[in-house]
Amino acid sequence: MRRGPSAFNLAAIGLGLAFLYAPMAILAAYSFNASRLVSVWGGVSLGWYAAIFQDDQLLDALFVTLRVGLLSATLATALGVLAAVTLVRRAGSAGRTVLAGGIYATLVMPEVILGLSLLLLFVAAGLPRGFWTVVLGHATLTLAYATVVIQARLQAFDRRLEEAAQDLGCPPWQAFLLVTLPGIAPAVAAAWMLAFTLSLDDLVIASFTSGPGATTLPMRLYSQVRLGVDPKINAVSTLLIAAVAIGVVAADWIQRRGMRSGAAQRQAK
Amino acid sequence: MRRPRTGLAAILPLLWLAVFFAFPFLLVAKLSLSDTALAIPPYAPRLDWSRGWAGIAAFLRALDLETYARLGHDRLYLEAYLSSLRLAGLGTALLLAIGYPIAYGISRCAPRARRALVMAVILPFWTSFLIRIYAWIAILKPAGVLNAALSGLHLPTVDILDTEAAVVLGLVYAYLPFMVLPLYAVLERQDARLLEAAEDLGATPLAAFWRVTFPLSLPGAAAGALLCFIPMAGEFVIPDLLGGSRTLMLGRVIWTEFFANRDWPAASAVAIALLATLAVPILLFEHEQAKVAR
Repeated sequence: MRRGPSAFNLAAIGLGLAFLYAPMAILAAYSFNASRLVSVWGGVSLGWYAAIFQDDQLLDALFVTLRVGLLSATLATALGVLAAVTLVRRAGSAGRTVLAGGIYATLVMPEVILGLSLLLLFVAAGLPRGFWTVVLGHATLTLAYATVVIQARLQAFDRRLEEAAQDLGCPPWQAFLLVTLPGIAPAVAAAWMLAFTLSLDDLVIASFTSGPGATTLPMRLYSQVRLGVDPKINAVSTLLIAAVAIGVVAADWIQRRGMRSGAAQRQAK
Repeated sequence: MRRPRTGLAAILPLLWLAVFFAFPFLLVAKLSLSDTALAIPPYAPRLDWSRGWAGIAAFLRALDLETYARLGHDRLYLEAYLSSLRLAGLGTALLLAIGYPIAYGISRCAPRARRALVMAVILPFWTSFLIRIYAWIAILKPAGVLNAALSGLHLPTVDILDTEAAVVLGLVYAYLPFMVLPLYAVLERQDARLLEAAEDLGATPLAAFWRVTFPLSLPGAAAGALLCFIPMAGEFVIPDLLGGSRTLMLGRVIWTEFFANRDWPAASAVAIALLATLAVPILLFEHEQAKVAR
């Protein structure tokens, strides 16, 4: 028997969530403030939202960020599938040990170190810094997260389905593509989403690896934030938070639906 | 039994990590042994391949520990090093104290509620880190939301923006999901029958918690602590936005040396010092993860 939460437990959860969400709620509230001052409420206004669309630099940065995110998340997810296959199915092999070491080290490595080392690599290789170097940097950063998400799902996947396909004459790679990959598709989609939002959000690696003409949105926001609180930034931030929240809830819904249909298939057997 | 083979799937990710993760550390180490120079890129010596072996020998001879000696003589770096470890340590302790009751509370809820609550804890992690830290500026600044609320309640106002207190607050805020999730993972998996057994044997609920639940949750606490401490020690955005000019942390020193002073060897030497310090926690973290995977 499992006892329900006590009053103390509920208070801990409530205070914890309030701590996590209050700053974002305040930020969103002030994006509608007609007054420029944080301490003065000047009535409701959408003026700061309108101002976003007149700021060409901000919009340019947004498009650069979206393109970097699309490319780097796709790269990271493709590599993440391969890495997850190795981590789950090659237990005990030397390659798995090395790969796991690299993946977990990237996961906790301070971004400043990662950014500096990537920059030195691009300088040594003679690559001009710009759009593509940010893509490579972000793919490296997000590869670890994508791998961990896909790995969890692959571990739960019934490998006998793939073996059955092989028994029926499917070559191994085809069995993987036609049986396993659709089975873990929700996790692959979730991994891509996570990689995309992490790329969208990253300031440090982008700052080190970027060059002229490839200013990302966080770089742009950071240079404005350093000058002080600007209600227009609040408006951009609120839009970003809303977009990510919708994306995450949608991804969770897709994944849960996938799991439920998977469970239904197993029950039908 | 023969060791299993690694397989073809590993080749690309391994190559990727070798080129973009492992090899660049050698470049950082090499650069930390170089000198600054008025050149593009701003360091010397450069390896001259055209001279063959003589070039490589001349290059190796020019490497020295001068940058480390220079940093060792400057108290600023030592202070930044110590305050990085102090603030990350303090943040980790607070995260354990705050995160544990939250994770424990969630693990005692009904399964449906648990799923929604875990989701609610993860969601902020997906939204922009930079923006969430920026939100605290408006709250903490002298004429900000917090002081408006305090003076509205006729309480004394506080001025903590640009202090270490604000940095620790920011660290706890930003890393809370990373502490709650591993703790929740071990607490949720725990066999409820263990507690029943303890109570059947006469333990009070509190004694059962301290002698059964808590010891069994320590691996989750260790994973959470490492997952938070390591990146916090090298944090840049939080001390930069909330710490003011007086708060020194290594992540910020690396950034300043690189972008403001254009002293690439110094930035590299600080990065190597940070990496050497974090090597032990990183290996511990990998060890914990390997245990969990098994």
